[in-house]
Amino acid sequence: MTVLTFTLIMILGAFLAGFIGSLSGLGGGIIIIPLLTVILGVDIHYAIGAALVSVIATSSGSASAYVKEGITNMRLGIFLEIATTIGAVCGALLSTIAPTSFIAVLFGLTLIFSAINSLRKKEEHIVLESSPLAKKLRLDGTYPTHDGEVVSYGTKNVVGGFGMMGIAGMMSGLLGIGSGAFKVIAMDNIMRIPFKVSTTTSNFMMGVTAMASSVIYIQKGYIEPGICMPVVIGVLFGAMAGAKVLVRTNPKKLRIFFACLIFVLAVNMIYNGLNGKI
Amino acid sequence: MDLMEKSKVMQNEKFGEKDFQTIIGNLLRYGVWTSLSVAFIGGIVYLLGHSSDIEDYSVFHENDRNIFEVISAIYKGAIQGNGESLIFVGIILLFLTPVFRVLLSLFSFLLEKDYLYVVITLIVILIILISVSFGFSH
Repeated sequence: MTVLTFTLIMILGAFLAGFIGSLSGLGGGIIIIPLLTVILGVDIHYAIGAALVSVIATSSGSASAYVKEGITNMRLGIFLEIATTIGAVCGALLSTIAPTSFIAVLFGLTLIFSAINSLRKKEEHIVLESSPLAKKLRLDGTYPTHDGEVVSYGTKNVVGGFGMMGIAGMMSGLLGIGSGAFKVIAMDNIMRIPFKVSTTTSNFMMGVTAMASSVIYIQKGYIEPGICMPVVIGVLFGAMAGAKVLVRTNPKKLRIFFACLIFVLAVNMIYNGLNGKI
Repeated sequence: MDLMEKSKVMQNEKFGEKDFQTIIGNLLRYGVWTSLSVAFIGGIVYLLGHSSDIEDYSVFHENDRNIFEVISAIYKGAIQGNGESLIFVGIILLFLTPVFRVLLSLFSFLLEKDYLYVVITLIVILIILISVSFGFSH
């Protein structure tokens, strides 16, 4: 395949990945990796590098608006970044020694887990009273709603959330993904942070988490400019298009469709990983 | 401190925080667009020179260069107008955007005199530095 053909296919594929990632709430990075490896036959290390670059671009881009509106809890984000960056460095180091088939299988399992998680019905329980440690760390906060109301919330189980964030960071460094599904568990289910705050804060943290593993990726040669350039551009515009569509449609049926699609890709990756084809 | 003075201080604090939210928000936005523009220009240059080359990405070539060697190679290439190096400059700018964001929050916490969070931010910076220093071990 010539460079030009490859670039054009990549831009198109990455656009689709960004679009699906944004509609399904899974993020573009997690879809670009099976696309590159299973469909285009790219080595998984290059795919991970390209996914990480696209994750930084989309998360920083979308985080900017939420930070300005004051929805993002910056204290919470920076505190949890200690856990995600340590996890990311460990994950990136692990990815340089782990066998390719192990990475492929782990990725497939993460993909299935994220797809199921995106379908799960979510219930919001805002707690008002923070735990003593959360009070000490000033992790409580407020956020504005659409009608201009201000909602206050407290934070619980800081240690549990911190630990889960470490795992999220490790998966991110190991697989080059944003690992949104793990962060949601840490913040929504364990720490009881409202959805609006947890999703935007997780976006805000992504850049620094990815940065921590990116240095190791660069040194090991995971970042291949010829792959990254079309991937980043495609994913970013795909995500923007997805966000526009999301405002107008009900994503519920789409989510089920995409979850099935992702399930097929995941099984394919696990199968290829076990057979040593990746 | 009387009540009025106290409320004035609180207002100042709130103003400061809101200000930083805007600055950090803008930094993230313009950082992403700048780095993508550079990568895009690099991509055009790269395609103009290499569009009919055959590339094979199915085999991974592991590198073991430390980050400073990589950066100096990119710098040399970018000056000579090498497309791939220019794309890499864009990618590195993208990676630096969150680093600047962390430094900005450090200033923000210093101004607010929130020393607990100054320390927490410094720990994050330390971890990033450690990850950079892994390059020296090779």
